[in-house]
Amino acid sequence: MRDSKLILPDPKRRRLITGLGALGASAALTGCDSLSRNDRVQDLLGATDRLTRAAQRLVSSRESLAREFGERDIAPTMRANGSTDPSNDDYKRHAANGFADWRLRIDGLVRQPADFSIDDLKAMPSRTQITRHDCVEGWSCIAKWTGAVLGEVLDRVRPTSAARYVVFHCADNIYGGPVKYYESIDMVEAYHPQTLLAYGLNDDRLPIANGAPLRLRAERQLGYKMAKYVMRIELVDSFASIQGGNGGYWEDRGYEWWAGI
Amino acid sequence: MNKHNDNPYANPPERARVIKRHGLFTRVWHWVNLVCLVILLMSGLQIFNAHPSLYWGNDSSFDAPALQITAMRGDDGAPMGVVRIGGYRINTTGVLGLSRDDGELDARAFPAWATLPGPQWLAMGRYWHFAAAWVFAPLLLAYLVYTLISPARRRLVWPTAAQWRGLPATIAHHARLKFDHSADYNGLQKLTYLLVLFGLLPLMVLTGLTMSPTMNAAWPWLLDVFGGRQSARTLHFIFAFLLVAFFVIHLGLVLISGVFNNLRSMITGRYRLGDDAPADKDNRHA
Repeated sequence: MRDSKLILPDPKRRRLITGLGALGASAALTGCDSLSRNDRVQDLLGATDRLTRAAQRLVSSRESLAREFGERDIAPTMRANGSTDPSNDDYKRHAANGFADWRLRIDGLVRQPADFSIDDLKAMPSRTQITRHDCVEGWSCIAKWTGAVLGEVLDRVRPTSAARYVVFHCADNIYGGPVKYYESIDMVEAYHPQTLLAYGLNDDRLPIANGAPLRLRAERQLGYKMAKYVMRIELVDSFASIQGGNGGYWEDRGYEWWAGI
Repeated sequence: MNKHNDNPYANPPERARVIKRHGLFTRVWHWVNLVCLVILLMSGLQIFNAHPSLYWGNDSSFDAPALQITAMRGDDGAPMGVVRIGGYRINTTGVLGLSRDDGELDARAFPAWATLPGPQWLAMGRYWHFAAAWVFAPLLLAYLVYTLISPARRRLVWPTAAQWRGLPATIAHHARLKFDHSADYNGLQKLTYLLVLFGLLPLMVLTGLTMSPTMNAAWPWLLDVFGGRQSARTLHFIFAFLLVAFFVIHLGLVLISGVFNNLRSMITGRYRLGDDAPADKDNRHA
């Protein structure tokens, strides 16, 4: 570190400093909202989504587990968010006969596309876990989930080496809109030991409000990733041609594809 | 500001003693940090507005939040904004819970002028928040390391033995709004900067990371340190407002203890000593 110097104040410098201060203040006060609407700014801010994903993949191993809780931590009711009662006829028909004729279709970049009934899924290796559900809005709710381990289900249909994402196509037109809910996760998250196709909630059948007959649990992600009312699973190498092309219903509406934070 | 002469050249050099107080890194960090913290605060309030309740523990006890900012109908049927803390209810109509945006009454926790972006827009608030955090957190880490390894910086924020002993007197001195203009910070100043630099700012980052489900899997100890995700969210909020309190006091003191001299020391690095300040070398920091 240099030694202190004795120097004289400079009136010109003083004016410059005052001027710069005023300029900075006025720039800060105007235009943050118009910046938010600017495509380039959105792209720049969006780049942090990939940065966050890379950093979080770096510090968390493929196997690092979400915390599991005890029975006494379970919330009195698991809060249902988004769609809570899909109103289209097809879904209503399945709900009316207890999803007896419902089949989960798995296709796309797999060697053996297949259909699974709820009983087929229940016969597969399962896992029960008491975990915390974190909504992007900020709240959390703890519940006990039971389901088929997604990695085991995927092994039955044998994904090809080209498969990079698992896309979940859902039954619900969220908020009565024209499009159906969908979501996607990558193969690392899909093969995580806590990633389930859940059919049970708190030792009971999964209620309609929480996504019956089948919903995704991806415990290291925010709630909007965990698609409810899953009808079809498609393995793809890119989700660019699906709906808005951003990999999910909320992603098409500006939310991050990486929902680990 | 009281000791400045109109014509600086009228004084002999020994009466117009100016030292280099802050290095380039400190000055750049300070202003970049200010921009980051303003963006983080305003986008943070936008994110808070998506679920304007705070809880303690792992999850949300929806019917008994520790704090809630909401809108409701008053006894006269008119809408009002309220803040609920435990069993207490405070009418905050116009600012919290219910405020005007472009003349329209809007039921929202923090008003449009305090959030980034102004309208309710959670996705964009998150983008701003994380982008600013990606600048803020690495710079903070670098600056803390720099403060620890630079002897001059370390001396500038770590109180001397005499300063620790003299803290009560320094507080009394400040309470009378009297300020020295010496090269060294006083004990109270140092303690404040220490608590903010090595306490509040890192705690903001850590409580923020504790809200991330992937970070919970990567570093589960975060949940143990802060008592669960919802506790961490509440602490994040409390620490943010402690930082706002620091900012208000900091700004006030900068304004009344010689605003030009203080601002210059954080822009060009140069700080003019008071006429009565000791000039010995030990008392100066480059």
